[in-house]
Amino acid sequence: MAEVGIMAIDFKNLSDRELMYGQKTCPGCGATVAIRLALKILGERTFLCIPACCAAATTNAYPQTSFFVNNVVTAFPATGSTIAGMAAAAEAQGLEDVTILGVAGDGGTADIGLQALSGACERNDNVIYLCYDNEAYMNTGIQRSSSTPWGAWTTTSPAGEGARGVVKSRKNLFDIIAAHRVPYCATASVAYPRDFMEKIAKAKAIKGARFIHVQAPCPTGWGYPTEKTIEYGRLAVGSGLWYLAEYENGEMKLNMTPKTFKPVESYLRGQRRFQHMKEDDYRLIEKQRDREWALLRERMKS
Amino acid sequence: MKPRWIKDFHYPSRPEELAFGACTEAGVLITPNSGWRVFRPVIDHSRCVRCLLCWTYCPDGVIGKEEKELTIDYDYCKGCGICAHECPKRAISMVKEGKRP
Ligand SMILES: Cc1ncc(C[n+]2csc(CCOP(=O)(O)OP(=O)(O)O)c2C)c(N)n1
Ligand code: SF4
Ligand SMILES: [Mg+2]
Repeated sequence: MAEVGIMAIDFKNLSDRELMYGQKTCPGCGATVAIRLALKILGERTFLCIPACCAAATTNAYPQTSFFVNNVVTAFPATGSTIAGMAAAAEAQGLEDVTILGVAGDGGTADIGLQALSGACERNDNVIYLCYDNEAYMNTGIQRSSSTPWGAWTTTSPAGEGARGVVKSRKNLFDIIAAHRVPYCATASVAYPRDFMEKIAKAKAIKGARFIHVQAPCPTGWGYPTEKTIEYGRLAVGSGLWYLAEYENGEMKLNMTPKTFKPVESYLRGQRRFQHMKEDDYRLIEKQRDREWALLRERMKS
Repeated sequence: MKPRWIKDFHYPSRPEELAFGACTEAGVLITPNSGWRVFRPVIDHSRCVRCLLCWTYCPDGVIGKEEKELTIDYDYCKGCGICAHECPKRAISMVKEGKRP
């Protein structure tokens, strides 16, 4: 496959050959969009590693796999350490044209896999770590993770009388990884595929530990019609509740700075996980968002 | 698009055909996903301008762009409707399974 030039993603020139096919992810799954597009850019010479998560559970129906690249299925907390080992093995064998890619969910990254990831980043192992963020433990039936946003209903953060979903603000993974001073770190969204694929292409060309955190809406866990995955991805960015940023050469940069935000309701109202929210919840989220963005703008160029 | 060389899956009919341990023939897909579908995307090629947004957003990669007109692999399309929802030209309609477009 021709090298994909950085900053020049043209859908027409991308390979039509899928490296992942027939997987049993739910219809409209955002995580599947992310992995499919990432593999398109990274190509056949990719060694994949996936821990327990939707992406592993739906692609490995014994005795077959939906991937046409090698895939190591690892233990839930072990993505960071497994890809570190794979990178060492590739180096020992003198394989220079390969990409070692770890793909994990938000639970496997922000919670249980955080220390292994931190180790890989600190050692600057030659790996790409892609975290697809569906904002909960979806594979096991929608439990709260530390990346679930404030106020969201999950089975472990109920909403109703006397309870209002998640009571803590989510962890900022981008900041945590950037604090390791890795060569490359970015956030992305499946609703902005060009931006996302450009970031993957950029990461591919860099050596060392690279981390991409992509928001991947989940119709099953968030509770919206399957065709609206991309729409909700767009609304998240448009309403300022998700942002596209990069950290590179010690500098942080915002890739998109909306002049005015869409009302947060436009994003929240249609989702089952936010159904219990009232006017004052929306205003609170808006306040949080503005505080977060003031911080972002202060730190980053755009 | 579905890789061309993929073999179709057959249920094992003899014990020798069963997978043994972790070793089995590669490049075989398991059961199709078409049974999940309630609505089926149908492309009106006269409206399509080949912006390839549907191709890009399709989670399952069932839209093919190698031919003159876009193709859909109905064996693996789950009918999520993202393609129809995102098409800027409204060239894709979701048709109830069992009905003619
Ligand atoms: C050590 C360990 N604890 C728990 C589990 C059960 N488990 C499998 S997948 C999963 C949730 C994964 O959530 P996330 O990483 O967000 O991925 P998603 O399912 O949302 O794609 C859990 C709890 C496990 N496999 N291993
Ligand atoms: S639960 Fe969500 S993330 Fe998991 S396969 Fe279904 S849509 Fe995708
Ligand atoms: Mg998750």
